[in-house]
This record gives sequence, C-alpha cells and structure tokens, in this order.
Amino acid sequence: MKLLEYEAKEIFAKYGIPVPQSGGVITDVQQLPEALKKAGSGPWVLKAQVLAGGRGKAGGVKIAKTEAEAQTIAQAMVGMKMVTHQTHGKALVVREVLVNKCSDIKREIYISVAMDRKGERPIIIASAEGGVAIEELAKDKPSAILKVPIDPVRGIEPFQARNLAFKLGIPAKEVGSFGRFVTALAKVFLELDASLVEVNPLIITPEEKLIALDGKIVTDDNALFRQKALAERPDHESTDLELEAKKVGINYIGLDGDIGCMVNGAGLAMATMDTVALAGGMPANFLDVGGGATADQVTAAFKIILTDPKVKAVLINIFGGIMKCDVIAEGVLTAVQKVKLKVPLIVRLEGTNVERGRELLKKSGLKLTAADSLWDAAQKAVKAAKEAK
Amino acid sequence: MSILLDKDSRILVHGLTGDAGTFHAKQCIEYGTKVVAGLTPGKGGTKHLDVPVFNTAEDAVRATGADASLIFVPPPFAADSILEAADAGIKVIVCITEGIPVLDMARVKKALAGKPVRLVGPNCPGVITPGQCKAGIMPGYIHKPGHVGVVSRSGTLTYEAVWQLTGQGLGQSTVVGIGGDPIAGSNFTDILKLFQADPETQAVVLIGEIGGTAEEEAAAYIKAEMNKPVFAFIAGRTAPPGRRMGHAGAIIEGGSGTHASKAAALKAAGITVVENLSGIGETVAKDLGPAFAQAR
Repeated sequence: MKLLEYEAKEIFAKYGIPVPQSGGVITDVQQLPEALKKAGSGPWVLKAQVLAGGRGKAGGVKIAKTEAEAQTIAQAMVGMKMVTHQTHGKALVVREVLVNKCSDIKREIYISVAMDRKGERPIIIASAEGGVAIEELAKDKPSAILKVPIDPVRGIEPFQARNLAFKLGIPAKEVGSFGRFVTALAKVFLELDASLVEVNPLIITPEEKLIALDGKIVTDDNALFRQKALAERPDHESTDLELEAKKVGINYIGLDGDIGCMVNGAGLAMATMDTVALAGGMPANFLDVGGGATADQVTAAFKIILTDPKVKAVLINIFGGIMKCDVIAEGVLTAVQKVKLKVPLIVRLEGTNVERGRELLKKSGLKLTAADSLWDAAQKAVKAAKEAK
Repeated sequence: MSILLDKDSRILVHGLTGDAGTFHAKQCIEYGTKVVAGLTPGKGGTKHLDVPVFNTAEDAVRATGADASLIFVPPPFAADSILEAADAGIKVIVCITEGIPVLDMARVKKALAGKPVRLVGPNCPGVITPGQCKAGIMPGYIHKPGHVGVVSRSGTLTYEAVWQLTGQGLGQSTVVGIGGDPIAGSNFTDILKLFQADPETQAVVLIGEIGGTAEEEAAAYIKAEMNKPVFAFIAGRTAPPGRRMGHAGAIIEGGSGTHASKAAALKAAGITVVENLSGIGETVAKDLGPAFAQAR
C-alpha cells in the first residue's frame, strides 16, 4: 500500500518524528479557514495529496503568504488534474490538499529506509544533498549517497545513527536529536512492515531544528493480516476496477492497449502481455486469474476485462496443470454464455487433457478462435483487434 | 544425479492435513515421491493419506528420517515453519506458501545464515527431479527425465517452458522454482552453482522476470564460473513501472529491475536470451543440436 504524504506525517508524529505544524487536509475550499487557523500563523504551504513525486514542478505545492492568497491557491488545487514525471502521462485528480505551516530551511537532507533485496535486510539511504529525486542523484553522483544496512529485528544501533549524523554533517548539538529521528524512522519501517519510508527533504531550520518536510510510506501488502490499522485505510493507488478484481481474488492491472488478457499465473500473464506486444499489439491489462481457473473465476475475470471499453479482443492463455484443460474449456464456455461476449475471443489452452479441451471448444458452436501456441494466439488477437477498429 | 532432491529424498509435509497440503501431497505421492511424514501441531499420532502425522518437526525427523521439508502452511505461520524445519536438522526446505511478509523473510534469512540448509521459495511451485521426486504443486506429467536444468521465478511460466522442452524431446535434470518474492530462500546464482556442479545437468534454462537484480547477478556468475550453456527468458518487457505484477517481487522501482537491464546483462555474459516465449523449447533444441535430445 502506498500512503499519502499527510498519512505518513500523521504516523511520523505518533512516533515522535518532528513534522511541520499541520492544519490537516481539506477536500473543499470551505474547510480552508479552519485549516489555516490550525496550522498557525502564515505563511503556509498547500500541497496536493497524490501518489507521485515531482508535485512541485507540476504546480502541486504552493506557498501562500496571506489568507486571500491561500484561498486562490486552494480554489485551483482542489480537483485539479495533475501530470508529473512520475504519472506516466496520466493525470491524477487532486482530491485532498494538505495545509502546513511554512518552515524556514537552512539545509535539506535525503533520508529513507528501504528493503534491500540484494542484501536481504532493511537499509538506510541518506544524502547530504536532499530535496532532489534520489534516483537522479544515484545516477549523477552515487558517491553522495550513504547506505547503512540495519538489522531486521533490532533496527538501527545507536552507533550507526551517530556515524550517519557525523557523515551528513549534522550540527554537533543536534546529533542526539538526529539519532532519535533516524531510530524512529527505522522503527516505523519495522513496525509497519514497510517496504519504503522516505523523508525528502528532512530539513534543518535556521534554529538548527530537524523537521520532516515531506513523507512517503509504502507498506507490504503481504503483512496486512497483522497491520489491521493499515488494512482499514483506503487504497489510493488502485483504480475502481482493480479494487473490484481484488475483491474476487483476481490480480488485475489496467493498461493502455486494446487486447484484454486472461492468464493463469503472474509470470505467464506478464509473458503473455509481452507476446502480444511482440505480435504488434498492445495489452489492455495484466490479469492473473489464479491457479484454479474455475468457471466462476473465468466469468468474474471476463466481467472485469469487458468493463474496460478499450478492449477490442480477448485473449485467454491458460496452462492447464493440475486443473485440466477440458475442465478449463468448460469453464470458458459457461462464462462466455453468461457474459454474452461481443468481442472476438481467442483461446489458447495447453497442458493436461489439451486435446479434449480443444475439442470441447470446437464443438461448442460458439464464436471463438482456438490457437495452437501462444505466438499463434497473440497474432490472431492482434489481427482481430485491428479488424474491430 | 540431480540437484536438491532425488529418489531417496524423504519428505516431511508441513500442513499435510490442510486443504492445499492434502491435495498436493496426494499428487506428490502418486508421482512416486517418498512422503514419509506430515506435520500438523495437535494432530500428532494420527495418519493422513496413510502418512504418519507428527506434532513437531523434531518428532517427525526422529521417527521417519525425513531429510526434506515441503511447506504448505498459511502466510502468518510459514516463517516459523521454515525455522522449525531447519532446527530439526532438515537440509532442503521447499516453501510453497504465497504471501509471507518480506520482513519475515529477512528475519528467516538472517537466522539461516551460515547454516547448512538450502531453502527454496517461498511463493514458488517447488522442486521436481523428473521420474524421481516431486516436492511441489507442478503437474508431474509435463516433465521428462533428462539433462536440462530449469530455474525460474514463476510457476505456470515454468510449466510452459518445461512443456516446450519435453515436446522437443529434451528432458530435465531438476526443475527449481525459486519463487516470486523480493527475498527468496535461494536466488538464481545459488541454484546455478548446484547445476554447474551436477554432472547430469548439461544445459540450463533460466526464467526471470522484472524486479530486483537477481538476473544481473546470475549473469555475472555465469560469465565467471559456468561452462554449461545457459538460455534465458525474462518476463515483463511491457510491464508498467511502479506496479507489482502479481508477484510481490515483480516490480520496477526507481528505474531498476527492468527487462532491458536484465536482458542486456545476460546477453553481455554470452547467454542466449529468448524474446518470444513460444520459442524457448525450439531455441534450446536447435542450439544443443539433435544429438543432445536423441541421446537422452
């Protein structure tokens, strides 16, 4: 799960991590005066709450010196459509705007806790050159990035925090508070089953105080069974269709193309998308129907795929292992009749009892194209989608 | 010979009496695998599928001489199950469970570090040495005994590749699913080392996917240490960045873990990277030559 900035900052505050004085989020301009009052005296900063970096450049972070100015900014920001370098050309709608008191900045530092897949443990990543995108810094100046692996049970040791503070050039009298800051950050990571906890920037004010000016938390979906509070939060990342799929145990991710894909297994589903692209088409989605591929699941998957109006053809690619192909074929036939399919359907079955499965499809009298291999299926699907245009 | 498991492997199934454990253990037994014990705390002393059930791994190992574990325990308890197997002296642990929190795996890896234990998975189809031992959820009949080692991060994608190999007359020495999680018990390099040392394995098919850097590390190992031909396929060329593609570990993050990076690293190491999934079997057969398939 990806949390929005204000959600991350609320969690930070609970762990004693200093954050700017906040007026909370507004979803309507009418809530602004109350939020400004709560955030203290101006100037204030208004921040669009969307799951993408690069908000500043896209007009999603603005400073207001007066209440009137804040009013004008809020008016434009609530409901605004935002495109940043991280939204891949898509516009995100700003539903919530965070109101914070402005902080004076003397220095900016980058700091995060992430899961290091190669090292197989959490790692603290920090840089004295904060405020910029860490990916860019990693590319342009890798020597400016500090890495401290931490123990997955104990978290960061006091000496590690001290060493990091000195390497980052934290003022001597703030080394203690930096230690508390980074220890708390690691604690958030471990206690929330996070895969990323990022503060960019962590600022040092002219009064030498540390403040987390921004916050980002990504958590591990696999741990939601023990993260009840997280599990109850709204999912900001998934589309309505993706959420609907999740409810019925189907893994679905919407894409830009016009060929709907239904596959069993995540790896094979990805490879099917790739094959469609190789054949000159564009997949409309990633969909893993699960290992079982029963009639009910296939029906549910059809409904989800066909909700996307872009879909001009559907490609089913199922490798029948323990679930036999003839059973899958029956499931597909039942589902096709139930959903009253209007677009061309291309089916490729392989595996146990494949001959019987293909026979069933052929005899059904339903309008569908059987394919011998995935490559054959992908080519047929691409052709069908082109003809449907 | 083979790697990890053979006809003499004695399997302990954790969660034997559960739905998944029952269903798949039955198939393993039908394949000819020696499933010697089951583990379900509280059901010790009973029999299930005609296999004795124990309360603890320690009891199971002592009574049956089990030397490999196959885990079907639900995610909240799976990490504990892995540690229990290791503590009981099990040397090969295959964990099928999908959905284990990644921090649990970081803690498991730390606990197992330096111990003579080989963990495969989690979130994987398991391990099969065709004709000898099936410890997993893969359909047994698609395999054929032979000399191509297969190692993969995915389930059905592996079946697809194995099916193509079998169709070309190319049997497999051992097929290992290392799983789709960000932290895995074994990575590609761990398994490649075993294949390199195994005289029965004469070529290897590696099936990777986006996310992480395990394929890049494998490429470096292959270039430096392996003299057996390796063929690779990487799934996820069209996957959008920042989204988890079904597997917890299949995600492009901060521009790393892309198909392009992995394919380039493998190609630079002299490995044949197959672009079209449907062409895996054919490419391997053509490259190894007709004599290879025929002799087997």
